[in-house]
Amino acid sequence: MTDLDAVVAAAETAFEQAAEPAALEQAKAAFLGKAGTLTEALKGLGKLEPDQRRAEGARINAAKDRIEAALRARREGLAAATLDAKLHEESLDVTLPGRRRGSGSVHPVMRTWRRVEEIFRSIGFEVADGPEIETDWYNFTALNNPLNHPARSMQDTFYVEGEDAHGLPLLLRTHTSPMQVRYARTHQPPIRVIAPGRTYRVDSDATHSPMFHQVEGLWIDDGISFADLKGVYTQFLHRFFETDQLRVRFRPSFFPFTEPSAEIDMMFDSGPLRGRWLEISGSGQVHPSVMRNFGLDPEVHTGFAFGSGLDRLTMLRYGIDDLRPFFEGDLRFLRQFA
Amino acid sequence: MRFSEEWLRSMVSTPLDAAALAHALTMAGLEVEDMAPLPCAFEGVTVGLIVAAVPHPDADRLRVCSVDVGGGALHSIVCGAPNASVGLKVPLAGVGARLPGDAGAVVEVRRATIRGVASEGMLCSARELGLADDQAGLLVLADDAVPGADVREVLGLNDNIFTIKLPPNRADCLSVLGVAREVAAIGGASVLLGAAPPIAPMTPETFPVVISATPACGRFTSRVIRGVDAAAATPSWMKRRLGAAGQRSISALVDITNYVMLERGRPLHVYDLDKLTGAIDVRFGKAGETVKLLNEQQVELTDDILVIADASGPIGLAGIMGGDSTKTEVTTTNVLLESAFFQPEAIVGRARRLGFASDASHRFERGVDFDNNVDGIERATELVMSICGGQPGAVADVVAALPRRQAVTMRADRARRLIGVPISDEAMADILARLGLRASVGAGEGGTRFSVVPPSFRFDIAIEEDLIEEIARLYGFDRIPALPPVARSSMTLAPESQRSLHAIRDRLADLDYHEVVNYSFVDRDWETGPAGNPAPILLRNPIASHMAVMRSSLLAGLCANVVYNLNRRQDRVRVFEIGRVFLKDPLGLGAADAVAGLRQPVRVAAAACGTSDSEQWGTPRRVADFFDAKGDVEALLAPTVARFESHPHPALHPGRSARVLLGDKIIGWVGELHPRWQQWFELPVPVQLFELDAEPVQARTIPAYHEVPRFPAVRRDLAVLVDEKIACGELLMALKTALPTVVEAVEVFDLYRGKGVVEGKKSLAFRMLLQDTQKTLTDADVDEVIVSAVSILHLQFGATLRQ
Repeated sequence: MTDLDAVVAAAETAFEQAAEPAALEQAKAAFLGKAGTLTEALKGLGKLEPDQRRAEGARINAAKDRIEAALRARREGLAAATLDAKLHEESLDVTLPGRRRGSGSVHPVMRTWRRVEEIFRSIGFEVADGPEIETDWYNFTALNNPLNHPARSMQDTFYVEGEDAHGLPLLLRTHTSPMQVRYARTHQPPIRVIAPGRTYRVDSDATHSPMFHQVEGLWIDDGISFADLKGVYTQFLHRFFETDQLRVRFRPSFFPFTEPSAEIDMMFDSGPLRGRWLEISGSGQVHPSVMRNFGLDPEVHTGFAFGSGLDRLTMLRYGIDDLRPFFEGDLRFLRQFA
Repeated sequence: MRFSEEWLRSMVSTPLDAAALAHALTMAGLEVEDMAPLPCAFEGVTVGLIVAAVPHPDADRLRVCSVDVGGGALHSIVCGAPNASVGLKVPLAGVGARLPGDAGAVVEVRRATIRGVASEGMLCSARELGLADDQAGLLVLADDAVPGADVREVLGLNDNIFTIKLPPNRADCLSVLGVAREVAAIGGASVLLGAAPPIAPMTPETFPVVISATPACGRFTSRVIRGVDAAAATPSWMKRRLGAAGQRSISALVDITNYVMLERGRPLHVYDLDKLTGAIDVRFGKAGETVKLLNEQQVELTDDILVIADASGPIGLAGIMGGDSTKTEVTTTNVLLESAFFQPEAIVGRARRLGFASDASHRFERGVDFDNNVDGIERATELVMSICGGQPGAVADVVAALPRRQAVTMRADRARRLIGVPISDEAMADILARLGLRASVGAGEGGTRFSVVPPSFRFDIAIEEDLIEEIARLYGFDRIPALPPVARSSMTLAPESQRSLHAIRDRLADLDYHEVVNYSFVDRDWETGPAGNPAPILLRNPIASHMAVMRSSLLAGLCANVVYNLNRRQDRVRVFEIGRVFLKDPLGLGAADAVAGLRQPVRVAAAACGTSDSEQWGTPRRVADFFDAKGDVEALLAPTVARFESHPHPALHPGRSARVLLGDKIIGWVGELHPRWQQWFELPVPVQLFELDAEPVQARTIPAYHEVPRFPAVRRDLAVLVDEKIACGELLMALKTALPTVVEAVEVFDLYRGKGVVEGKKSLAFRMLLQDTQKTLTDADVDEVIVSAVSILHLQFGATLRQ
């Protein structure tokens, strides 16, 4: 009688000692192969009496099951070890930077431009754009600022070669207000439009650039009042600066194209600029002469207009204290707005 | 407009302190830009009462004074002033006080011993305090001055200077009287300054005056004064007020005219009577005439410049500046005062055209009161007589044509509608009354009507809105509520077939470009050079030669951005700009809303130099080349697919330059900066550029659905040998147009030259994706297409299949 427990123990030992799948299969052959110990034992069953054979057969099969189980366990163990080794080998230094394209940036003034558009679009304003080389009529005369008017000296104008139909030199628009005229002459009330864009004046120092950005706003309908102007602009500032912690004041002023006219100042209640009135916009009720130049009847339609500096809004929003970096194209500045 | 607070308060009483006054003026539309204490030459000087004065034991001319300095303390002061006597209250500069020294220096008073007697400070004359030039002994203070009080307080020198930024329509506030009127209107007080008392003439003499230019000159009031002392000193009080207003003292006569102008807004001129010949004629200049002005400038006249002339010719520019030939000097004894009215239209712009400005032109351009000419003469006469003496002649008041003032009507309902506040009729009437705008009240359609004839000093009231503005201004902008907007709503959204420029910006930022904003005016060389534009649009008044012309391309500006950043040790620079360019378009009539003769399209442009990607451990380092830029253009346009054709561009390397087409339309360029310009810009490395019209880039097609194929696609590769000079794009185009629609895509996946390929040839490998929507393609179907492709390439380009 074979000592099956010893055989199983020997098999388990042999399997355990097999360090790799090939050695394990070799070890398996010694017990379960054609000439293996158990195979030989099963072959010997034929010589036994039927009763004995049944009992002995069951005993051998039980041993075989145990060996096969040991074999399976060892196979899985080896496979797991192999996988572990492979995975270990494949492991990465995950702290190395990822592979990606760099990301650029949108200019801070354009960021403001977009936010202003979005804020006004949200209450139904359209956005208009137009020429930067303008005629005298659109830039001045239509806006109630005739030739030789002292108010013209408020704006130092760049002139370019070429003349309009009246023989007056073409100019670089000194404000976005010509877009009021262009838009209003081609649309019917209710008119709600903003016109952001580049503007030019003969001026250059730390706080003035010969080229800058403005946004014009115009709301014309039946009975739009100065109180509406105050409501719209105040809410705009609260949304733009994302705070109600600022004060807004409207102060009488003079612009040829509005009457009453107001300069709009704002003051932060907190932050580095708190407690100082900051000029932010010119505004007012559209002047009746301008309304007529729009092709509208001032008796029927009233409305307000405003013009604000996008550069100034940007400076206040992001805490920039100098205008010049906007136009220098320095990457170290621009990257901050990625 | 600058003036001292003390001067203003002498004309109007208000309970407001300086800060509240400044705020009130600002909120009424007279923006107080600055309010600063009047600079004072001395400090720490107090009132001293001389209680005893005994002769100095060792000096005949000195006395030792015992001075009550307040609070019962007595100081012993050695003093040499002849008028130092018991009972006088005088300025005492005690130890530590500061007095003006020579040439702007400051002297601190110390304890001193004078001829053996200790002195705790000094008693001061007006000169020692820097208040006057005379040396007439101690400055005697008023009897009610309290010993120990600050002398600055006692003399009213604790004053503030207000600087007001006036809107151009408020010329009536270019005088202290004008500001006082506003203060009165704000607070409901009344102006204290009245009309100047008439001075009875001592002789009937007048000077002949003719007004030839009417209505340009509406009124010319004058008066002869004989026997004046032109060398008399300007009194210190007048100097102080003038100085605070920013006016330098020149001579008593000139100071008096300036003083009356600042006091009542009445410009005057004073002539040396003995230098005038014949009669005064107010007329327009004639070509060829010249006049030398008080500022020594020689001016050539034209027929739209109004002049004052006498028999000798023009002697001054009316309303702008007097002439040199008739000016007063210290030797002058007889003078003629002028107090005129000129129409703003006759003055405006002339001084600016001649290259200067004057206080007079600033006022006449905007409108000067035409009803205070006589008042101004009387006030000036009063001052001349008290300062320079003299015998006045009669006032000669020649009136030609004064502005006719039409009544302006304001409907109360319209005012309420425009302002948005239910201001009562009574409140409106009150505001008009406070402003001195006398209104007649009536009723009509639309409620109460106020009819106002504008006063002679207001030039800004001509229409209804002008009065509504006055109502709103004095009602207080602060009191007008900020109403939340109420409006009929309508949905607005940009069309789906158009991307916004902001979306383009985002796309370019995602492609690793940084947005810049460059000036629209550039160096002329940029235009004639890289932009290849021999005739750029010129600025008539550029601020600098490098900003002299309008750009027709964004590329040169971007190259300059690259240079700027490379110079700051940024070796990888990728920048873009979206902005307008300016092109002459002589034949283009322009759309209704455009400016004729010009095109001003928006462009999108970018420049890149340095490595293709930011340097990274896991990516091979590669310098960006043409195909990186082209890839960025393709990505920007995707899903639209553009065509690229080799074509030269003035800015670009002729062999590395392509124009970009959508259909048959050229939408822009991509390429490498021409080596010539690279050198010109002093760029150490090549720069890749592109510039596209924004409009086609913004356009995008709305997706049109087609069925997703149910049958498998087949992929086949095809490599051909072709002459080196044949462009790959042509082969691709030929395949795409000639092959049947089952060929869904053709890609170039390999380009090879060298071993195995004959010199002068290149190998191009195409990958074709075949897809039939109706059936599974058989090998025979596919082979047929491949054979056809090979044949197309052979017939059109002489290509052979590579084995």
